[in-house]
Amino acid sequence: MNDSRAAETTSATPTGTLMRGRRGLIMGVANDRSIAWGIAAACAAQGAELAFTYQGEALQKRVEPLAASVGSSLVVPCDVTDEASMDETFKAVAQAWGSLDFLVHAIAWSDKDELKGRYLNTSRDNFLRSMDISCFSFTAVAQRAVPLMKPGAALLTLTYLGAERVTPHYNVMGVAKAALEASVRYLAADLGPDGIRVNAISAGPIKTLAASGIGDFRYILKWNQYNAPLKRNVTIEDVGGAGVYLLSDLASGVTGEVHHVDCGYHVVGMKAVDAPDISTV
Amino acid sequence: MTDTAEITKQVKEIVVEHLGVEEAKVTETASFIDDLGADSLDTVELVMAFEEKFGIEIPDDAAEKITTVKDAIDYIQKQKSA
Repeated sequence: MNDSRAAETTSATPTGTLMRGRRGLIMGVANDRSIAWGIAAACAAQGAELAFTYQGEALQKRVEPLAASVGSSLVVPCDVTDEASMDETFKAVAQAWGSLDFLVHAIAWSDKDELKGRYLNTSRDNFLRSMDISCFSFTAVAQRAVPLMKPGAALLTLTYLGAERVTPHYNVMGVAKAALEASVRYLAADLGPDGIRVNAISAGPIKTLAASGIGDFRYILKWNQYNAPLKRNVTIEDVGGAGVYLLSDLASGVTGEVHHVDCGYHVVGMKAVDAPDISTV
Repeated sequence: MTDTAEITKQVKEIVVEHLGVEEAKVTETASFIDDLGADSLDTVELVMAFEEKFGIEIPDDAAEKITTVKDAIDYIQKQKSA
């Protein structure tokens, strides 16, 4: 970690035993800037045992060394658009562990060309594919994870403010995330009687590989930094801490929740008085 | 920091570290994808690493044109001396 990133981090990853003996599957790590990696590292620091999924060779070579760094050797492919691939993934987890205590879903996709300009121009193909990968995949994953879970288990997905309000360029992804947030609520109701909790973290903008596909992302980061109550952007460590909370017994009474980890930006209605004019950045 | 030799050295260090290639292969004319085995995600990650190291912002349309070691050095130098 270099200086500029360290400066944004409020504290080192807390270590402890909150998740000792828990086994979790992390889906959606691309590299060490990934939000899913922030959650994975925070869980590992609390004693969790982890497995990871990847899609395609390009991501495999990135995920494997990260998995190894937290002592994980269970790294399996998973294409969430392919039912057979998902069956194989969970078969591998079942064979290795026999059970699953938590799952992190950090998977989304849209045609980059439609993450700029007007939402109005969204194509049917991209709409359906974005909804499939960014929304339905969480339900499809839950269908396979739940049979491995016992009371006390938890599912977690990632969303963004663009699901609740209009944010420039987020477009069809905002629509897909809104549907994802609704599915968190329905899954929470379905799985509550089994003692399984389902929540989402609505993270502020973070410069990840996936975010590189969103138009004017630097502007969005600056805007949030200037206008969020905490006057900074969130880090993957911030999200990791909230992830530990939602996935551990600390949040034993919390389900169906969309938890904002965005330095408070979601409460803001207008530009801060002292925020500079950043019409161009 | 704006010294060309220093920028060149740091760019090459980032490329060597990120792509895991031998330093000797990282010549100025080397293409990230064709010569150094980078995939499309590597090129995005390299641009992110350059931005962080040099404290600059590289917009998407400029990033797309950075395909060789020299492209990166030239762009960074131009930004740092602007």
